[in-house]
Amino acid sequence: MTIDPALCIEDLGHRFGQRRVLNDVSFSVASGDFTVLLGLNGAGKTTLFSLATRLYVQREGVIRIFGMDIRERASECLRRIGVVFQQPTLDLDLTVEQNLFYHASLHGLSHREAAERGAAEIERVGLSSQRRDKVRQLSGGQRRRVEIARCLLHRPRLLLLDEPTVGLDIASRQFMLDHVQRLCREENIAALWATHLIDEVGEGARVVVLHKGEVRAAGEAAQLLGQTRTPSMRAAFETLVQEREAA
Amino acid sequence: MNAIHYLRCFAGITTREWLRFLNQRGRFFSALVRPLVWLAIFATGFHFVLGVSIIPPYETYIPYSVYIAPGLIAMILLFNGMLISLSMVYDREMGSMRILMVSPLPRWFLLTAKLLAGCVLSVIQAYAFLVIALLWDIAPPWYGYITVLPALVLSALMMGALGLLLSSAIRQLENFASVMNFVIFPMFFASSALYPLWHVKEASLLLYYVCQANPFTHAVELIRFALYAQLEPVSAVVLVAATAIFLTLAVYGYDPAKGLMQRRTAD
Repeated sequence: MTIDPALCIEDLGHRFGQRRVLNDVSFSVASGDFTVLLGLNGAGKTTLFSLATRLYVQREGVIRIFGMDIRERASECLRRIGVVFQQPTLDLDLTVEQNLFYHASLHGLSHREAAERGAAEIERVGLSSQRRDKVRQLSGGQRRRVEIARCLLHRPRLLLLDEPTVGLDIASRQFMLDHVQRLCREENIAALWATHLIDEVGEGARVVVLHKGEVRAAGEAAQLLGQTRTPSMRAAFETLVQEREAA
Repeated sequence: MNAIHYLRCFAGITTREWLRFLNQRGRFFSALVRPLVWLAIFATGFHFVLGVSIIPPYETYIPYSVYIAPGLIAMILLFNGMLISLSMVYDREMGSMRILMVSPLPRWFLLTAKLLAGCVLSVIQAYAFLVIALLWDIAPPWYGYITVLPALVLSALMMGALGLLLSSAIRQLENFASVMNFVIFPMFFASSALYPLWHVKEASLLLYYVCQANPFTHAVELIRFALYAQLEPVSAVVLVAATAIFLTLAVYGYDPAKGLMQRRTAD
């Protein structure tokens, strides 16, 4: 019996008017995988996330979540996805707890389930003492931690994180990375981590290099170094990005 | 997803609206001050200028302040409807709209839940106005406070649905000022809120037809009659139809496959 990947994208394309922003994008993320979607600003990462969360509807290609086509079974797909968007999405005038309860209710969780899971998740990100603070009072790093805790409330099996560390200090960035990687390792959750920060690609990570709406390479970081014959991920990325432009 | 999930979701959306409302106490007072200013200044000033003959549902001559009270109640509902719109546009700019939109529950339900949550707040404010209006001797019969409830709910739903529809078309918070000029003012003034339609008909037949076509007029009239335990059936039908049309178009506008979401969020 074959196991469906958590996320499978096939021949995905998208355009805004005449401007094509994604072209024939294909890759997959298996359960337990931490996959980095690496690309410069404007590469198409956020558009891809918007398609995978059905904020936009894809007209070209297929997106499958655990084998289900998101166009046909959107509700079942969305139940399995936890999202951290690039743009902050917390309600600043509500407390941390109130934000968590709101999110839990949108996924049909009871107040008791929300309270129990919320307390556990907020403890895991080290913010138990701030749970009754208004989000407005939290630092940028703390707000991101709340967003991570929130996206796990409904126990998703696939995490989509769009530039989750932008604007954070080094300690907060490392915390976010470690936390998500631990979730993949220990709870078999799949994660697609979009970033333009090359140093977020760890040694064992799977990488999908997206540039100008096209996948330039996909594989383990070590494979990409071998493929490009470069000593570092930065050099490999620059090579992959420039290759086709030079051609 | 079963019925209990839908109920929990509705409770969550309503709670959030309620918490935001409590956080913005100024919103409550400004919603009340606006019609009270009209009542205290405009109605007093025009008391002797605008004569109101005996028209249904009133059985005798009434002071002008009594005539415009239903219009001012409808004004509260109209402003609240536009606040639903403003809150949706604000949520979109602040990002929290995305959390709503990636809920596994269908969008028509999420939007309807938002609408109902806003409607509850509107009706509470309308009743607060009715209580304060007692100071101006605006006192419908006691049962009028009960019979007006369905009229308030239906009117609030219609204006909230209009707000939702507008929010699906407004690109930025800054554009919201246009709503004031092109929606709120024309709807309010081209209606029976401030003057009886037979007055308008004498002055301009065209304006009379515009007022008749304005769903706000029907909200005012439904409330006016309901305060005296009477049903204005044409107004009720118009409001039900307008609510259904506005809500359907709003759901269409928020549908990523069909509506305006794609074009708007293309950035």
